[in-house]
Amino acid sequence: MGLQGKEREAFEKTLEPYVGIEIGIKEIGRDEINQAMIRHWCEALDNELPIYTDAEAAADSMHGEIVAPPTMLQAWILPGMEMATGEPDPNDKQKELHRLFDDVGYTGVVATNTEQEYNRYLKLGDRVKAVTVIETISEQKATGLGIGYFINTKTTFTDQNDEVVGSMTFRVLKFEPSQQPAAAPTDDSGAPAKPTRIRPALAHDNQWWWEGVQADKFLIQRCEDCGVLRHPPRPMCGECQSIRWDSVEATGQGEVYSYVVIHYPEVPGYEYPLAVAVVDLEEPGLRFVTNVVDCDPEDVHIGMKVEAEVREMDPDFKMVVFKPIA
Amino acid sequence: MPTTLKDEAAIVGIGQTEFSKNSGRSELQLACEATAAAIKDAGLTPDDIDGMTTFTMDTSDEIEVARAVGIKDLTFFSRTPHGGGAAIGVMHQAVMAVATGSANYVVVYRSLNGRSGARYSEGVSGGPTTSDLIHWSWYMPSGLMTPASWVAMFTQRYMFETGCTSLDLAEICMAQREHAVNNPNAFFYQRPMTLEDHQTARKIVDPLRLYDCCQETDGGTACIVTTPERARDLDCGGAALIRSVAQGAGAEQESMTSFYRPTISSLPEMDLVAKQNWEISGLTPDDIDCAVIYDAFSSIVLWQLESFGFCKPGEAKDFIKDGALRLGGRLPSNTHGGQLSEAYIHGMNGVNEGVRLIRGTSSNQPAKNGHVLVTAGVGIPTSAMILGQLD
Repeated sequence: MGLQGKEREAFEKTLEPYVGIEIGIKEIGRDEINQAMIRHWCEALDNELPIYTDAEAAADSMHGEIVAPPTMLQAWILPGMEMATGEPDPNDKQKELHRLFDDVGYTGVVATNTEQEYNRYLKLGDRVKAVTVIETISEQKATGLGIGYFINTKTTFTDQNDEVVGSMTFRVLKFEPSQQPAAAPTDDSGAPAKPTRIRPALAHDNQWWWEGVQADKFLIQRCEDCGVLRHPPRPMCGECQSIRWDSVEATGQGEVYSYVVIHYPEVPGYEYPLAVAVVDLEEPGLRFVTNVVDCDPEDVHIGMKVEAEVREMDPDFKMVVFKPIA
Repeated sequence: MPTTLKDEAAIVGIGQTEFSKNSGRSELQLACEATAAAIKDAGLTPDDIDGMTTFTMDTSDEIEVARAVGIKDLTFFSRTPHGGGAAIGVMHQAVMAVATGSANYVVVYRSLNGRSGARYSEGVSGGPTTSDLIHWSWYMPSGLMTPASWVAMFTQRYMFETGCTSLDLAEICMAQREHAVNNPNAFFYQRPMTLEDHQTARKIVDPLRLYDCCQETDGGTACIVTTPERARDLDCGGAALIRSVAQGAGAEQESMTSFYRPTISSLPEMDLVAKQNWEISGLTPDDIDCAVIYDAFSSIVLWQLESFGFCKPGEAKDFIKDGALRLGGRLPSNTHGGQLSEAYIHGMNGVNEGVRLIRGTSSNQPAKNGHVLVTAGVGIPTSAMILGQLD
């Protein structure tokens, strides 16, 4: 649940010296801007714009010569395989900062977003170098991944003449990983089972009704003494206090009285946006709440004529749903 | 003349923790911190407390809080059900206890880790097979299982019948945000909201968008209730006289899903609560200077204005449109920012704000503060009270 109280204050104090400093490592392009690397990039990204690879076409363009795709900006200074296999540079303040987080349990790291700005196109023969500054460290945040802190860096790229050619902001979340959920249930073949809707809890007062639905019946409870219909079912008649009841089949004809379209949260087993309506049934004074299906949720409206259908919404689970009357 | 609850009790102390998204401590600890702060504000010691009451949904047992805070003998303890509908129901319990002599000083408390712990937005499902779970089972299979989805169903019909639109809801959200901007305890302190922010926010359950829904908050609050006579003798932070307090559940009442009534565009349970408050206090809507109106969602503020007779049924959107809920308006409301913009402590942060309004210490203090209406949750069995000045 993240650091709290005095511990948190003490930890956050240790972060303060890092805000505003350069990370302290040399970021210099190992090669000048060159056609081979541009070609590989363009092939990998299916970029067929001729100004990057066709000298003749580039000469006729506004650039007058081959230029590098602007989005390659960071690629020119990355240290290659060394990133994965090399020893960490002891002068790297960014790594040092990340270790501070690791030491108190914020071991997770995820890059959340980046933005680049380009001041000019890079041309063959240019040489890029960069300086990265830790700009900000956020307050403690509760995120979907866990409790953590966002670290923002800004990298400024310059050329052989120390002119700024572009910049990049980069944000990572250093977080304490939440407890992992239990493994998902699997079906007989071992494949993950598709999540299903939440089933009703069944007990004495409602089980008979759901059993009726599984037998393709849309039932309405009826007082055996005074004949009043009631839904949702309950054990006693509010009119005559009789506990004797039976049921009749609903006509299934209705009209939307109110409705919602659910966007959030998305619960596994349901499809969103999800339309749910309160339907005025043809039987006087009765309403029924369920999904409206077979139409765009945005088309559901108050007064819409609908009819009921018992439909298998999940394997072995039927529901009464309503659909528009054609 | 039968006994009534008119002027039988006063709130003499209020306390709260900070409101956050991750308190980092137990709900029990939050309850204890808020309770201890309220006792201190009342000029009392834990030894003086002999009654305790909270919500059935609260996870901190009265005797656990008592032991931790150093409260000794208890002669009264109780719980009130139905979520935020209990917000003034607990006050009703406390007032009855001191009015009858069952207790002298009652702590009312509520704490929750509403964001870092169990989140109400995640909806209902499962649990022991009670009549309540059978009730939810009529809605879970269709996916209708969050507070936003239930309230949106009423909102859609209300909009259809009255012509109210999302722009009217925006006025409520913006008025309250304007208040929160001045309240250092509020999550949205110094963070204003524009109409565009409201209208472009993502849909949660159409017709409700993000800022129409309250926050989820970690925090605790507490207050102390005693008799007016004892209140006069205390060296406390200022007493708020409870002019009236009442609970109500209506015919065909379900918890949050009363969809089967002849009309669902009004609140019969809140009408019942309003009627009792006017009858007990002898006051009328004209006597109310400002209000704390329960706001788990923006639209529910409108229906309560109608229940209490500040305007005619269906006309709340016209009542609020010229800034009636803002400072300088007819009924400055939710001056702390409400649950939309201060914090969601199940309505109990509103009780503390009601006391601050009577004391004249709100971050957004209206000029007139003779009487303050404080209400509880909507769509469920609910409650409300009217606070006034103690002579």
